[in-house]
Amino acid sequence: MDGSFLTIDINSFITEPIAHEFMRKAILISILITSVCGLLSSFLTLKGWALMGDAVSHAVMPGVVVAYAIGVPLSVGAFVFGVGSVALIGFIKHKSRIKEDTVIGLVFTGFFALGIVLISKITSDIDLMHILYGTPLGIPLSDVKQTIFISFLVVLLLSIFRKDLMLYCFDPRHAKTIGINVSFLHYLLLTCLSLAAVVGLQAVGIVLVVAMLITPGATAYLLTDKFDELSIISVLSSIISSLIGIYLSYWLDIAPGGSIVLVQTFIFLFAFLFAPRYGIFKVKKLLSSSN
Amino acid sequence: MKSMEFEKYRIEAENICVDYNGKVALYDATLRLKAGQICGLVGMNGAGKTTFFNALTGFVNLSKGKIRINGETLKTSQKDQAVAYVPQNEGIDADFPVNVWDIVMMGRYGSMNIFRSPRESDIQAVKNAIERVDLVDYSFTPIGDLSGGQRKRTFLARAIAQRASILLLDEPFAGVDIRTEKLISELFLQFKNEGKTILLSTHDMIHVREFCDLVLLINKTVVAYGDTSEVFTPENITSTFGGMSPDFLFGPES
Repeated sequence: MDGSFLTIDINSFITEPIAHEFMRKAILISILITSVCGLLSSFLTLKGWALMGDAVSHAVMPGVVVAYAIGVPLSVGAFVFGVGSVALIGFIKHKSRIKEDTVIGLVFTGFFALGIVLISKITSDIDLMHILYGTPLGIPLSDVKQTIFISFLVVLLLSIFRKDLMLYCFDPRHAKTIGINVSFLHYLLLTCLSLAAVVGLQAVGIVLVVAMLITPGATAYLLTDKFDELSIISVLSSIISSLIGIYLSYWLDIAPGGSIVLVQTFIFLFAFLFAPRYGIFKVKKLLSSSN
Repeated sequence: MKSMEFEKYRIEAENICVDYNGKVALYDATLRLKAGQICGLVGMNGAGKTTFFNALTGFVNLSKGKIRINGETLKTSQKDQAVAYVPQNEGIDADFPVNVWDIVMMGRYGSMNIFRSPRESDIQAVKNAIERVDLVDYSFTPIGDLSGGQRKRTFLARAIAQRASILLLDEPFAGVDIRTEKLISELFLQFKNEGKTILLSTHDMIHVREFCDLVLLINKTVVAYGDTSEVFTPENITSTFGGMSPDFLFGPES
């Protein structure tokens, strides 16, 4: 009897939220956004671009505001400022004796501050809290179309150039030696990063989007020695996180962005402790992976 | 006339200069190598060995001078897969999620389509290359589980699969086991017979005497260059290493 009571409870736990149209939309859009970020995450982890991801995701903020003010798609503004910030980081690093991590910190906080100032001065239509903390529950339809378009674009680019990007992360000198255009790949990855940042910030906000770009890749990195599996695990853990995260946010009445990222963090901690080969407790593998 | 002259050489670097943000790393360096020659590149740390390799692979731009590979520009030679680079073990990210097969397949990327989907001929080339370096049993072993020598052989296999005519090897004998060392020296002889040209950097004086027809001693620029028997003298070595005696630098065995 207790069992049947529990079944009903779990059933309604799952079905009640998706009875609402806005929840269905939120779940689908979150899954899409986190999958794209998760896929990209597998490259960023290998390239060692976590800090770069942090920088770009913050630097897109003034771009979003300016784009809004002059009426162009937000992604265009985000893209210009995202790539611009990285170009500026490269320029300052090249022309001064300051170390790279300092330059990155300096540039992205500058851009971020500019974004906050612009919001307070130019337009009051953009909700600062919305940009900072995101909300997958309230994305307007025009943004949904844009998000879907950008998401597919990023997935397409990462799929076409998948092996080249892998080689670029692993051994850029070999790539260059055999005539592969390394700077094209550099800017391609950067472009995808900027685009992912702009779709990601809608779901979890600027402050937390970097988590979606780092955490799934790091989790997968602890679980596999194969590149393809790395991407698959990264995307899967992103999807699971957004599902659980949204449900928790519904039932516990907590912020969805924070909820999604927190689930990702817990999955990472689980891998960190119990990953078969690289976890702290090194749970023994039953099957050898070397086939 | 000029291009006729180039064709005789696999590598022709003429008065090349490289600087990083105004800091000179290499200046007025000239090197000419023909098919089947093995040349040792010897110098201190920071003497410009890596920079020399970087210049030949197109990884840095020259501030002066020019490079011809098989008589062609660097861009053309890259498209032709003419040059293969075998990195130092320290230069490899051993935690990267790839196995031996993946790495050797990277040698074929340059001649594949944009998706880098392997054809039957690519698969065959990778198989053969792995056989030649004696790693068949380790084909699907992640790079992190390999020994230093096995890693070195993996990257040699990549160069073989690439079918490059010129091999640049950064410290090929550093940190490898006896078996790998023997295998590498056998491969060198095979490469020589196939008409490949090899430029290798090394810290080990014995290896220079053993394998290298020619030696290039550098210290930001060329200190001495020529046949190993003529150029590889204690005096030249001492001046390459800034006045320190080779005994002091390399121990009594040299």
